[in-house]
Amino acid sequence: MNLGILASRPARRLLPLLAALALGSGAMPAAAAPANEPGAAVTSVEDTQSPNVASENVSAAAAAEPSTNNAVIGEQPANGYTPLGPEWIKGQPSDGALTFQEQHTPDGHYALWMHDAILLPLIVAICLIVLGLLLWVVARYNRRANAVPSRTSHNTLIEVIWTAVPVLILVAIAVPSITLLSRQYRSPPEDSLTVKVTGYQWYWGYSYPDNGGFEVISNMTDEADALARGLPPQLAVDNRMVVPVGEPIRIQTTGADVIHSFGIPSLWFKIDAVPGRLNERVMFIEEPGIYYGQCFELCGARHAYMPVAIEAVPRPQFEAWLLSKGGTLGGAEAEGQAAPALSPPQEPESGVEGAPGAGAPPTGDTAPATPAAEAA
Amino acid sequence: MATAAPPSANAFQAHHDDHAHHHDADHKPPFFQRWFMSTNHKDIGTLYLIFAICAGIIGGAVSGIMRAELAAPGVQYMGWWVDFLGGGPADFDKNGHMWNVLVSAHGLIMVFFMVMPAMIGGFGNWFVPLMIGAPDMAFPRMNNISFWLTVAGFLSLMFSAFVPGGTGLGAGTGWTVYAPLSTSGSVGPAVDFAIFSLHLAGAGSIMGAINFITTIFNMRAPGMTLHKMPLFVWSVLVTAFLLLLALPVLAAAITMLITDRNFGTTFFDQAGGGDPILYQHLFWFFGHPEVYIMILPGFGMISQIVATFSRKPVFGYLGMAYAMVAIGVIGFVVWAHHMYTTGLDVNTKMYFTAATMLIAVPTGVKIFSWVATMWGGSLEFKSPMVWALGFIFLFTVGGVTGVVLANGGVDDNLHDTYYVVAHFHYVLSMGAVFSLFAAFYYWFPKMSGRWHSEVLAHLHFWGFFIGVNVIFFPMHFLGMNGMPRRYVDYTPAFSYWNEVASIGYVIMACSMLVFFVNIAWALVAGRRAEGNYWGEGATTLEWTLSSPPPFHQYETLPVIESHHDYHNHIGPADGRPAH
Repeated sequence: MNLGILASRPARRLLPLLAALALGSGAMPAAAAPANEPGAAVTSVEDTQSPNVASENVSAAAAAEPSTNNAVIGEQPANGYTPLGPEWIKGQPSDGALTFQEQHTPDGHYALWMHDAILLPLIVAICLIVLGLLLWVVARYNRRANAVPSRTSHNTLIEVIWTAVPVLILVAIAVPSITLLSRQYRSPPEDSLTVKVTGYQWYWGYSYPDNGGFEVISNMTDEADALARGLPPQLAVDNRMVVPVGEPIRIQTTGADVIHSFGIPSLWFKIDAVPGRLNERVMFIEEPGIYYGQCFELCGARHAYMPVAIEAVPRPQFEAWLLSKGGTLGGAEAEGQAAPALSPPQEPESGVEGAPGAGAPPTGDTAPATPAAEAA
Repeated sequence: MATAAPPSANAFQAHHDDHAHHHDADHKPPFFQRWFMSTNHKDIGTLYLIFAICAGIIGGAVSGIMRAELAAPGVQYMGWWVDFLGGGPADFDKNGHMWNVLVSAHGLIMVFFMVMPAMIGGFGNWFVPLMIGAPDMAFPRMNNISFWLTVAGFLSLMFSAFVPGGTGLGAGTGWTVYAPLSTSGSVGPAVDFAIFSLHLAGAGSIMGAINFITTIFNMRAPGMTLHKMPLFVWSVLVTAFLLLLALPVLAAAITMLITDRNFGTTFFDQAGGGDPILYQHLFWFFGHPEVYIMILPGFGMISQIVATFSRKPVFGYLGMAYAMVAIGVIGFVVWAHHMYTTGLDVNTKMYFTAATMLIAVPTGVKIFSWVATMWGGSLEFKSPMVWALGFIFLFTVGGVTGVVLANGGVDDNLHDTYYVVAHFHYVLSMGAVFSLFAAFYYWFPKMSGRWHSEVLAHLHFWGFFIGVNVIFFPMHFLGMNGMPRRYVDYTPAFSYWNEVASIGYVIMACSMLVFFVNIAWALVAGRRAEGNYWGEGATTLEWTLSSPPPFHQYETLPVIESHHDYHNHIGPADGRPAH
């Protein structure tokens, strides 16, 4: 135990620590104002993806673009793409923080609201109630204050109450919790961009199967290089995962060797990269910026050294980046058709039993919906 | 001895003498037979406690190395340990692997070789027979095998640290031993030895569970119905069933790991049609009941202690007993909340969210019943009671963060972060360990016949209470801010609370010195303890015996009076006064 390190800054830090222990949890809801009102719980993802938001983001990014000319990371500007500079970092931890990173996805706002407005006040209240009860019995029923103990050992009413009330509280929690889950599991539209994330020991590969299928290999930047470029050490990478902002992105993860986990705290996003499996989840980033994450599943010696860096840029810049990587624009926008690369070739469903592409025998009198109709 | 008698009579006489010796309550076998071939539940309990303390020192030292390493960003000490353990020359990858070995060892040691042996092997062995009025455990020789298998398992785990495990020496798979990191990801025998260690410890625990179930069902004193058993016995009974049902699943899973590693099977290898997630389902089907295995006996101990020092019977005895049964049952159907990010489908996640939150209900019943037990009582703040009060509060803190983590959608951001580390240390390092210390101070004079220092015990409590809170409370902040678990190194933005946590470790470690000084002082110079040294609040059967109890107790079975209309309060059994 290196006492020198431990004792280096104790005095300066003791007060904030005590303050945090005493007040920190209670102060958190005020510090992190919920971005969504409770009423927004029923708003669908589609609603929050209004064109207004997206276009505002695009113009904001366009206005700020000149500042990125000084960017020193990655390759030189090619075909109109310039990597974002450190001033665009929106998702990263901050030292001494007491709560979550600021959220930049609709589901992240909802989840953070659920934590800050429901769960945190509730658990703080429960702890304070139990603490209060303990302090009360210690003060009121100690041997000096109460020399003769009662023999009470049953009270059916109170036992029913303290069983039933927690059940009701948990049911109340379950409503937003189930809502959050169903939001997180929405399918992305058919024509959304697909990024396949592969976890390797010990780096990430990002491939774009609808856009030429190239794979970007992303390694952690050396600490000295990262600091020289104004980027956070152990989070900065040589090649970021570049995605368009303001549109749903289909993220698929898999593992090449062992299990990794692709997690970005500021996007409320984490999904394991498991060998032999393809996990899929939709990601919708609200504003341009750089969002850092890390590997969250123990994967061997360099588990701590395979960070995730996502760069969300407006669509035109993203397309310029695709072209600079030798990719194609692909997708519905470029070719006027749904990207076929990922979905397995499948005949249109036939109503004739036994015909190619026939699904299960129809059980109702309505025609089976096609996946495209569901997505629309 | 009649020397003139014929040889046959001599033989009979000798046999008779031998027989008589066995009925002599204070006859103790010679040292080697007594401690290495023991069939006495109290001696085996003592062995378990000594073993758990030794393992706890090693596991705690490992966490000290970890907190020193994490006190500042960068990799400071791993290279030294790589060289020290013979895996040198140290390099970047070996340092990272060394960290993973420490993380794995800390988890495995604390779970399988500290908490479980202390709770079930130590206090369970000592006090289940005493509390139900039984002369010993049902299968005394199997009891001995259980202990020595646990020791063998520990040695196997220690040995694994000195043989190749892939990137360096030792098994760096985490205590969860997830495939494929533990199969194709870890070349060399270290992981095999770690798995073998779990086989041995698991076999010992299964035998222990069979022993407890048989003992509790068959050897209760006349008049002690199941609904009159002390709650600690209830807790061990429920725990034994959890062990019996969960450990075979672990044994199967890790055996499949062994065959995947060595015999070409592909249970968990996608290349041969297997699935890594199958291992996680099997592991956590064991792993979740395992966390209740670690805490349920603590619930039982806290119930005894709170009742004793409130001078009141436990409030809602039946509710308390069946809350533990409910926790045990629900504990078997919530396992996949450890796997929320593995790619479960949405309906599965919704089910496990709902089922997991349900556990808060019986847990809440227990917390409130402890408070109600104290309500109206006449509280005396001896050291066990202070530890029990600390337990109730800190277990509540750890429990409510469990309600947060139970939400599958919220867990997406907290899974495998330090928030989870904070959560399970609040329920284990503060829950289970606080109950162990409470039980230790409660029963140490009973076991040893000598008094510890109450002043030092209180000092130990406050140092430990402050220390562990300074260690683990900031981990909530780190986790919410996104710091992943099992990282040897971190970006400087995580350094503030990590440094605070490491300071907390120093405070905690100092308090442990007080504990060891206290035990040593008590064993050497502690004043003698009488039979029922806690007075009228202590009503279970062990308080009718001397301190320490005779080598063989209850040669005449105690009879439990049937006219008591309140539970957990059993009158003097054999007609002698309780004091």
